[in-house]
Amino acid sequence: MFKHLKQLTSLFAMIAVLFAFTTEAIAKKSKTLKNTQKKGFVRCGVSQGLPGFSNADASGNWTGIDVDVCRAVAAAVLGDANKVKFTPLSAKERFTALTSGEIDILARNTTWTLSRDADIGLTFVGVNFYDGQGFMVRKSSGITSTSQFKNGISACTNIGTTTELNMRDFFNSRGISYEPVAFEKADEVVAAYDAGRCDTYTTDKSGLAAQRTKLSSPDDHVVLPETISKEPLGPVVRQGDAVWEDIVRWSLNTMIEAEEYGITSSNADSMKTSDNPQIKRLVGAEGEMGAAFGLDNEWNLRIIKQVGNYGESYKRNIADTGILPDRGPNQLWTKGGILYVPPAR
Amino acid sequence: MNNKIKRILPQLLTILFVVFVFGFFTINAQVNMDNRGIDFGFGFLSQEASFDMQFTLLDYDGQDSYFWAYVVALLNTLLVSFLGIIICTILGVIIGIARLSQNFLIKNSAAWYVEFFRNIPLLLQIFFWYYAALRALPLPENAEPWFGVTYMTIKGYYIPSMIWENLNVFMSCLIAAIVGIIFIRIYAKKIQEKEGKQLPVFYISLALITILPLLSFLIGGVTLDFEIPVLKQLAKTSFIYEGGISLPPELIALVLALSLYTSTFVAECVRAGIQGISKGQKEAAASVGLTPNQILKLVIMPQALRIIIPPTTNQYLNLTKNSSLAAAIAYPDLVLVFAGTALMQTGKAIEIVGITMLTYLSISLAIAALMNWYNKRIEIKEK
Repeated sequence: MFKHLKQLTSLFAMIAVLFAFTTEAIAKKSKTLKNTQKKGFVRCGVSQGLPGFSNADASGNWTGIDVDVCRAVAAAVLGDANKVKFTPLSAKERFTALTSGEIDILARNTTWTLSRDADIGLTFVGVNFYDGQGFMVRKSSGITSTSQFKNGISACTNIGTTTELNMRDFFNSRGISYEPVAFEKADEVVAAYDAGRCDTYTTDKSGLAAQRTKLSSPDDHVVLPETISKEPLGPVVRQGDAVWEDIVRWSLNTMIEAEEYGITSSNADSMKTSDNPQIKRLVGAEGEMGAAFGLDNEWNLRIIKQVGNYGESYKRNIADTGILPDRGPNQLWTKGGILYVPPAR
Repeated sequence: MNNKIKRILPQLLTILFVVFVFGFFTINAQVNMDNRGIDFGFGFLSQEASFDMQFTLLDYDGQDSYFWAYVVALLNTLLVSFLGIIICTILGVIIGIARLSQNFLIKNSAAWYVEFFRNIPLLLQIFFWYYAALRALPLPENAEPWFGVTYMTIKGYYIPSMIWENLNVFMSCLIAAIVGIIFIRIYAKKIQEKEGKQLPVFYISLALITILPLLSFLIGGVTLDFEIPVLKQLAKTSFIYEGGISLPPELIALVLALSLYTSTFVAECVRAGIQGISKGQKEAAASVGLTPNQILKLVIMPQALRIIIPPTTNQYLNLTKNSSLAAAIAYPDLVLVFAGTALMQTGKAIEIVGITMLTYLSISLAIAALMNWYNKRIEIKEK
């Protein structure tokens, strides 16, 4: 009797191991995609409120170009750009939230750097905004350039950002002693700078432009012309799910390439009959562009129809809101900018 | 035999359960970190921190290691806790005694103070002191001096710094005075026990602690100069004070909020302690001819302290742990700098959170040990 029991248990164990291997093999394809489709929404980490990038209005609707990346992914994998659950995160919390699996995409104006990409189990999938760090000061101070900064200047910023490191490099290389005042939340930085605690507020220039609108009298403040660093901002995913990584990367690329080929949310359907095969591929009328991700063929068409191309997103969120009307480097490579993505084919 | 099993089995199961839970979390963390290519290790502590801190007690620069950043941040936490504990004790004792006053006004204002400050969440109080009180402070160029040479501004409290010559001579004199006082107290106690004579210990001590350091100035070659903060213009409308010491508003707001909040709890401990001593004790002491001062010092307080110390220890521990709310107002404490910036820059979440937790545990245990030692010392020694 006991002998049989032993055999039986070992048999069960073997089956269990085999089963574990097979499920593992299926899961390798994209565990995140499977979970997302099962849950019915994309879990997206965003900022705690940065106009133009990710900002919630009074009724809790999120808008911004970072938000649009998550909406594009939701349109691609779930068919509905509104099926996104947004989690507002501080700069300090963001990476832990992603690596611990609380969110599946981090679209939170996050700078792509070597150490972040290599050290902490993350993968950057692309750049959706080319930025650089700058300084904001009071107009009344008469400062018009960073060269007028003097010893003892106090600078407000966020903790846990590349800003903190760039600031040190900047002041050290110029031999200026400064007082860093680093807060956890952006709103706290704004409040302290507004109160006069600091002489200057430093962060990415897009952030300065956006936060300036939150000050008590925005017109009394000016962003200095100098840019002291490269800040390529982009969406991030967890390391270890290559398919999910590709889905997010190509959702972003689709938006940028759609602009390049003049496909917009309003004309996308009519583009299906275009003569240009590249356009047809972008609206799912030619090739098998979704199969590799485990998606249907119209995933990219849905992105363009529901979210729009990059240009539409930029106009809606950043230009029309008056944050940065001039696209600067965030213009297509064909129009003098540096937005250039690999072809979808 | 059966009894033995009954005794051991639950314990064994508990141990197994604990081991299982720990094992599960360890393996789970390991597997997940492996999947995401995150290494576990403490090597990062020797790497260059490359971020600056606003306020430090020891020399710190971005070129120093993460370990040094940890030490410096820990000292900032200890500084806030230390200042907070001292101030909350002084305030708490005064208010606790005031609550027992016969005077209607004193009694009721103390009661209002306690009810007001202990019923508002601490974080809100910190925000109040930092944001609301800060906004009301003048800019450096408009600040009126306090006591002639100190300036309270939105950018901090600027006080003169002391420049000592032959500081070691002064310190030796001070230590000599303290040692002298201890000896005199022991001697006075002996005399009292032997001959029943009381020496004016207080006046002798006062004389020692003023005369010895004073002598060091007169004949020891000790000099003391003050560097007074001077207004400096950075830009058209931007000023700071240079020279002297600047206490950042973040530190001031945090210490204020922590000590006002905790002092209410200490006050309640003190009141409970004094009320815990029966009236008969006081009356008995009075009937043998002790003065009211002596009654408080020799009869009431020694017994009341035994009731006061253990719950007050809890409040000290709370204050220390609450100091981690510093992160909300940019005071560079352990949580903001180490569990914040350093964690972000290195991505070593498990290691850093682990170190931070262990650190707070150690601080708390150290404070508890110190208070337990003191409690033991004043305990009734039964023969």
